Amino acid sequence: MSKKIVVPFGPQHPVLPEPIHLDLVLEDETVVDVVPSIGYIHRGLETLVAKREFTEYVYIAERTCGICSFIHGMTYCQGVEQIMDLEVPARAHYLRTIWSEYSRLHSHLLWLGLFADAMGFENLFMNSWRLREFVLDVLEETTGGRVIQGSCKVGGVRRDISNEKLSAMAADLKGFETELVDLSEVFLHDDSLKSRLVGVGTLSRTDAYDLGAAGPAARGSGVAIDLRKTGYAAYRELRFEPATESAGDCYARCAVRIRELFSSIDLIRQAVEKIPEGEIEVKVKGTPDGEYFSRSEQPRGELVHYLKGNGTKHLVRSRIRTPTLTNVPPLVKMLQGCELADVPVIVLSIDPCIGCMER
Amino acid sequence: MGYFEMAKTAIKTVMSKPATLMYPARPGKMTILSRGHVVIDVSRCISCGMCMKKCPAEALCVDKEAKTWTIDRLRCVVCNSCIEVCPVHCLTMEGHYSSAVLTHSGLETFTITYVKPERPKKSEPGEPAEA
Repeated sequence: MSKKIVVPFGPQHPVLPEPIHLDLVLEDETVVDVVPSIGYIHRGLETLVAKREFTEYVYIAERTCGICSFIHGMTYCQGVEQIMDLEVPARAHYLRTIWSEYSRLHSHLLWLGLFADAMGFENLFMNSWRLREFVLDVLEETTGGRVIQGSCKVGGVRRDISNEKLSAMAADLKGFETELVDLSEVFLHDDSLKSRLVGVGTLSRTDAYDLGAAGPAARGSGVAIDLRKTGYAAYRELRFEPATESAGDCYARCAVRIRELFSSIDLIRQAVEKIPEGEIEVKVKGTPDGEYFSRSEQPRGELVHYLKGNGTKHLVRSRIRTPTLTNVPPLVKMLQGCELADVPVIVLSIDPCIGCMER
Repeated sequence: MGYFEMAKTAIKTVMSKPATLMYPARPGKMTILSRGHVVIDVSRCISCGMCMKKCPAEALCVDKEAKTWTIDRLRCVVCNSCIEVCPVHCLTMEGHYSSAVLTHSGLETFTITYVKPERPKKSEPGEPAEA
């Protein structure tokens, strides 16, 4: 029986893009327990809801996260629209879906790059990000912003995409998909990657469910939770199945994300095919009075915006719960029993987004 | 076999042109919708203050008395909302990012040169009628 020692991991660590602190309790090289602590980049964005008009808070809601900004804005808008009983035009729903899926593509590609980087596979990292650039270019062409799109508003969307542009976007996806196939082959079949991922950081199905894992962390363990199945925006009219894997290790979580990339491409194609003509926004009259839990599927998992209004132009309360927060307890479980050298890979495998977790 | 998965991509990348732009030598990519920085046409601004009211970052200040329009480049989040609300369309979005700020506060002040055209019927006695 060897002596236990505590090794601090983070908040500043080469593998972490954002600050989270983990105290790793080690016995020799094995992690026996983990004590996470958060709170390094709290910005108080939720409080601002009482100081900005509800139509302007969209900009702040979007800036909660730098990766899935569009989905944050959309979830906030959905919440306010539900409180005010606004009927959003179908075209706006489809445009929101298309932009959401592009956001998912760029988020997953970013993650794949970081993941490869965490394992020291620089070439793969650069290639993932080179592909991501294609997605960012499309987002900039259609919304004006690479990361902060700013194209969602209460009652619809701020910009339309012409039908010709939509068809061109769908056609461009073909070349992108071919390159993506090459990239995913490396992630799924390369032996050096497999030796770092298979059987590492295993989370059982029961643990994933009980500890409240969200998104790919849950689906990698076989829990088929995908909020898009609830049919918000235009998802109710599109066909797709949540990608699940049963192994529950880092490899499974990586495979889930890769399958989701292809399912996102498919969803964009379906949406471009089915998008109806018509208005892109409705006029917003009155002020929100009531409360609503708005839920959506972020690239990282389930996102919840709780909004409460009292009939004035300022909302009373906004509460944002992001998937990274619910993924911290499963992360602790994954880390228990792993080797110290595997910690960076396992921490990244839940795709931590600390900026959005602490808001 | 599994050891050479990356070889195809690696060889292709070696043979092809660099994926990055040599930025200062070649200009960066820009689209029609790109949001770089806000530009004001001072000869058309009527100092209504709508942009100031609708700015979510509180980066704009319109002073009716002093006839100035001030923007805090460090606060501005380039969201496009001032441009959407401007009734006379004197604000426009430039695709290129603004250059580095030169003052500590990041404030840039513009003097509004717009002169309200006089109405022909109701001429005031003190001022000479130009138009």
